[in-house]
Amino acid sequence: MLDAARKPLVSVRDLKMHFPIYAGLFRRRVGEVKAVDGVSFDVFEGETLGLVGESGCGKSTCGRAVLRLYDITDGSITIEGREIGQTPQPDLRPMRPTMQMVFQDPQASLNPRMTVEDIIKEPLDEHTTLTDAEKREKVGELMDAVGLNRKFAKRYPHAFSGGQRQRIGIARALALNPKFIVCDEPIAALDVSIQAQVVNLLEDLQEQFGLTYLFISHDLSMVRHIATRVAVMYLGKVVELAPREGLYADPLHPYTNALLSAVPEPDPSLARKSERIILQGDVPSPSNPPKGCNFCTRCPSVMDICKEVEPDYREVKPGRFVACHLFNEINDTASQMAGTEDKKSTNKEKTL
Amino acid sequence: MPDGAMPVLDVRDLKTVFQTRGGEVHAVNDVSFALRPGELLGVVGESGSGKSVTMMSLLGLLPSPPADVRDGQVMFGGKDLLKVSMDELRAVRGGEIGFVFQDPMTSLNPVYTVGFQLMEPLRKHMGMNKRQAAKRAQELLELVGIPDARRRLDDYPHQFSGGMRQRVMIAIALACDPKVLIADEPTTALDVTIQAQILELMKELRDKLGMAVIWITHDLGVIAGIADRVMVMYAGQVVEHAPVKELFGNPQHPYTRALLKTIPSIAGERAARLTIIEGQPPIMGAAPSACPFRDRCDVAFERCAHENPPRYDVGHGHDTACFFDARTGAPRDA
Repeated sequence: MLDAARKPLVSVRDLKMHFPIYAGLFRRRVGEVKAVDGVSFDVFEGETLGLVGESGCGKSTCGRAVLRLYDITDGSITIEGREIGQTPQPDLRPMRPTMQMVFQDPQASLNPRMTVEDIIKEPLDEHTTLTDAEKREKVGELMDAVGLNRKFAKRYPHAFSGGQRQRIGIARALALNPKFIVCDEPIAALDVSIQAQVVNLLEDLQEQFGLTYLFISHDLSMVRHIATRVAVMYLGKVVELAPREGLYADPLHPYTNALLSAVPEPDPSLARKSERIILQGDVPSPSNPPKGCNFCTRCPSVMDICKEVEPDYREVKPGRFVACHLFNEINDTASQMAGTEDKKSTNKEKTL
Repeated sequence: MPDGAMPVLDVRDLKTVFQTRGGEVHAVNDVSFALRPGELLGVVGESGSGKSVTMMSLLGLLPSPPADVRDGQVMFGGKDLLKVSMDELRAVRGGEIGFVFQDPMTSLNPVYTVGFQLMEPLRKHMGMNKRQAAKRAQELLELVGIPDARRRLDDYPHQFSGGMRQRVMIAIALACDPKVLIADEPTTALDVTIQAQILELMKELRDKLGMAVIWITHDLGVIAGIADRVMVMYAGQVVEHAPVKELFGNPQHPYTRALLKTIPSIAGERAARLTIIEGQPPIMGAAPSACPFRDRCDVAFERCAHENPPRYDVGHGHDTACFFDARTGAPRDA
């Protein structure tokens, strides 16, 4: 397989991010929201890993946790061979230039009182020792790269449209020549005709600067366009990870299947052909996930075992990872029920 | 689509202007359409294209000032809704014309139970007593697929999930057996799997109740799956209008064609690069004297800068507001 030869830039193993819930008169800790609950994946150099799922499945939390915008509950994150899972925040600062983020809402993520130039320059002020003239030149270059007119450098964010604001956010993320960018729903707040502009820009920049993306989105058709591989999340866990073509042509996990069939097809001749799978009910609460498989409450092919035992996340075909009992052999299941821990640990060491 | 039936709702040359500190904004410019009984009309457009404002103008839902419905005619049940008194209009709203808003989180009142909010239109418009209204409310919740409806009547909106709240909104809109249901981006705030549930429900309800539906969305995929006819709006105007298969199979307006190419598909061929529409939608500061799409158009020519194209009929119930004839590949005769 091709991927085996390539080096992972980012490795995430068994990442957990639980948020405590406090309640009552004494604000006692009564439980936790398991926003991300044991997620493992690799992002290879130069690729775009799509992370999809419905709202509340933990995909944004996962993206933020990978950049250590949170202090994670458990797990390991390796970026460029350096373990940052438990690194204290001050020690992370020198590493920040390599890993950046583009946020969902360009309106909220730009300071309305700063000019475009100041916004893009801020990371340079923080992390470099360039002179003012050099910084201004760099800002100009960045504005060129994302297709903003240099003349607008002194304007404020409110003077720009949504698509242009997102370009400002992208320019800021690029300022320190990062290797890895987490794009958290970068196009969700934009109009259809503007979405394509931003996606094309992201692809151009990836080629130009050799960037690696973790592209978080709920838009499955856009992810099919931009991603090399796709991970599908449901209730804090990755249920399936596969190369793009395989995932869309032949989804293995019942949730992926249902999710893909729920996407409305903008071609009426194709739209009415395929039978839709309509999932019943809603996503359970991440503070109280069901016993066994997280998807067992809505799964169309649920079995008895799904309500008892949580399925392992494993490679069922080369490059294709699924967490579902449908793809476990009988004896596998038996050994799981006995609770053999060593099998799990060997699984973890494999490249995901 | 049979053309013979009398339209339930007939809108002619509707014009809405907002007075703002920065001057006038012409949000709706000469919009005309007819809605036939039992059909589902999809209205697509980007944000700011005037699709919601059009529908709110029909029912006088826009605060005035700043909004000013300047011109036009909205015929419904033999009356012009733009001319009737406030009381008459109030009887139509929520009664014969139901409205489902985009955001189910904010359009329900958090301090009243769902049952109370469902019974309100029943008692106001249908003159039911409390007991009858409660019974009907329960039926409505069952109709939109909420399990354990009787008990759920006493719950507050926050006890429902997003999809369930949107079902409640639909139930309220359906309460008085409307002839027309206007749904303004009813699934935009919902997840795809929940959206699929609501779309199925709408198709089912329309067949069962035989009402006409106007479905506003920016998602062409949703339209393809649910609509009978589609109206594409751009900069406050109708730029194309056609039966759904005709629109997707044979788009005529350059904007529609570009829009269809812009969205990546989940099946079929994967394009190496997305086609983009350059530039931004225009700011509608004055009544348009030229084609609003000309700056972003790849077939624009002289005439487009001087005249605003009227809607040309191209057959099969299909019309388009463009001086360029996509069938012949040449400008239309002046």
